[in-house]
Amino acid sequence: METSPQHNLEGRDLAASLNSASVKFGDLTALRDITLDIDRGDFWTILGPSGCGKSTMLRLVSDLVPPASGSVEILGKSTEAARLAREFAFVFQDATLLPWRSALKNVELPLEVGRKRGVEVPHGDRTPLELLELVGLKGREDALPHELSGGMRQRVAIARSLVCQPKLLLMDEPFGALDEMTRDHLNLQLLDIWKETGTTILFVTHSIPEAVFLGQKVLMLMAHPGRVKDVVDIELPMPRQIAMREQPEFNKYCGKLRKLLEEC
Amino acid sequence: MTIVEADSAKADEPEADSKKPSSDRFNNIAIPVGTAIALLVIWQAGVRIFGVPQYIAPAPTDVMGVFASEFPLLMRNFWPTFIEALTGFFVGNMLAVLIAVAFVHSKFVEKAFFPIAVFINTIPILAIAPILVLIFGPGMTAKVVIAALICFFPTLVNMVRGLQSVSPQTLELARILSASKSEIFWKIRLPSSLPFLFSALKIAATTCVIGAIVGEWIGANVGLGALIIESTFNFRSPLLYATVFMSSGLSVLLFASVSIAERLIVRW
Repeated sequence: METSPQHNLEGRDLAASLNSASVKFGDLTALRDITLDIDRGDFWTILGPSGCGKSTMLRLVSDLVPPASGSVEILGKSTEAARLAREFAFVFQDATLLPWRSALKNVELPLEVGRKRGVEVPHGDRTPLELLELVGLKGREDALPHELSGGMRQRVAIARSLVCQPKLLLMDEPFGALDEMTRDHLNLQLLDIWKETGTTILFVTHSIPEAVFLGQKVLMLMAHPGRVKDVVDIELPMPRQIAMREQPEFNKYCGKLRKLLEEC
Repeated sequence: MTIVEADSAKADEPEADSKKPSSDRFNNIAIPVGTAIALLVIWQAGVRIFGVPQYIAPAPTDVMGVFASEFPLLMRNFWPTFIEALTGFFVGNMLAVLIAVAFVHSKFVEKAFFPIAVFINTIPILAIAPILVLIFGPGMTAKVVIAALICFFPTLVNMVRGLQSVSPQTLELARILSASKSEIFWKIRLPSSLPFLFSALKIAATTCVIGAIVGEWIGANVGLGALIIESTFNFRSPLLYATVFMSSGLSVLLFASVSIAERLIVRW
């Protein structure tokens, strides 16, 4: 069920498009006037000080939080229509696996639910088993979540998010709770998956080096109320390698973002 | 790929931990059993040395003798209590689970009925038992109701907590997957509540026996409770002690059954 690419006036192929969207929680304005076009296939990372609405922005795009004003479109559809078509998937900071289900059963969860609400569950090109293999968990499909390490659990969550072959992947600090070694490994693996699947990724992080390492573009948000501070293009060659972090070019970007963050 | 290996090694650690050496397992059984035997020996010696009359405190050997000679009588009284306790256990817990589900689904039902449930729970079971025996008569029904009542409240409270124990992020995941209310209930809420339910069922496994025995105290011809009253009034202390051990044996049996069921079902 391939949707035809959506083109706006400039002829761009957009995964998500926010048009002066705002979010309010009671009297508090969490996000104000966010206008943003995200091309299909891009890897965006989102940085900003605590409370700037990074997570809220992902929740706005994923139809968990309604806009108070403005609009959000995903592949030219409303967020609700995109949700029902399983155009996007979400990876949380916590793996949110169901502890009584095996790794494989957890990956299969999205295929089991939603029909009563009118979802025509799309089956991706890869089976749940192949997805577990893709994230490097071959042979562990029968393991229960408590038998897996934190990094492995998060990889199961990533496999689960890919099972309906989403065109947009929303990731809310997915590696924030992991140790640095595991995080490096998963960063590389995520870049591989991104290349393999051609999906669009919006990735919230607290870490400036992680944002530079992963992103083609870094969206910097500022707080009170949350709004766009800047978008920085990261012109480092793909595929990215861990060794790049030692290069002056990489550190230049980090320095630039750190300065921007201090101004927020 | 070394990182992957380090990763899986970490995950294997807890599994290795659970396999304890066999000498540990032996100690775990031998120490408490040895202590119990030592206490019985002290009891036996104390009663004999100080010449305590049998009707005040019988020696363990007297109690064991009664177990042998009066075994048919004990079993005749065991089965009614067993049936009352078990039926009360199922009725009370079933009702508690159903009402907990209603509470979680409707704030209105919870507001209307939770204070009443709390009120009923505050009435001491010994105070309400005579009323129930008056209402339901001297047959088994009153005992089943008392046993059910005593199980009800802990299970209700635990089950409500269990059904609400789903993390907000998991509910967001369900929302993104457009899961329906019944899918959320059967696939997420109910399994999440099982560990809570089983800790309540373990409490109920012992309290339902108390409920049945209290009911039998107030008016019954058969049952362990009736036998306790009868042997007390006739100064048949060895029989009284044997009946008490029988009652605690019943509790242990029910508790062990729930524990085994828990281990089979809650594997996470």
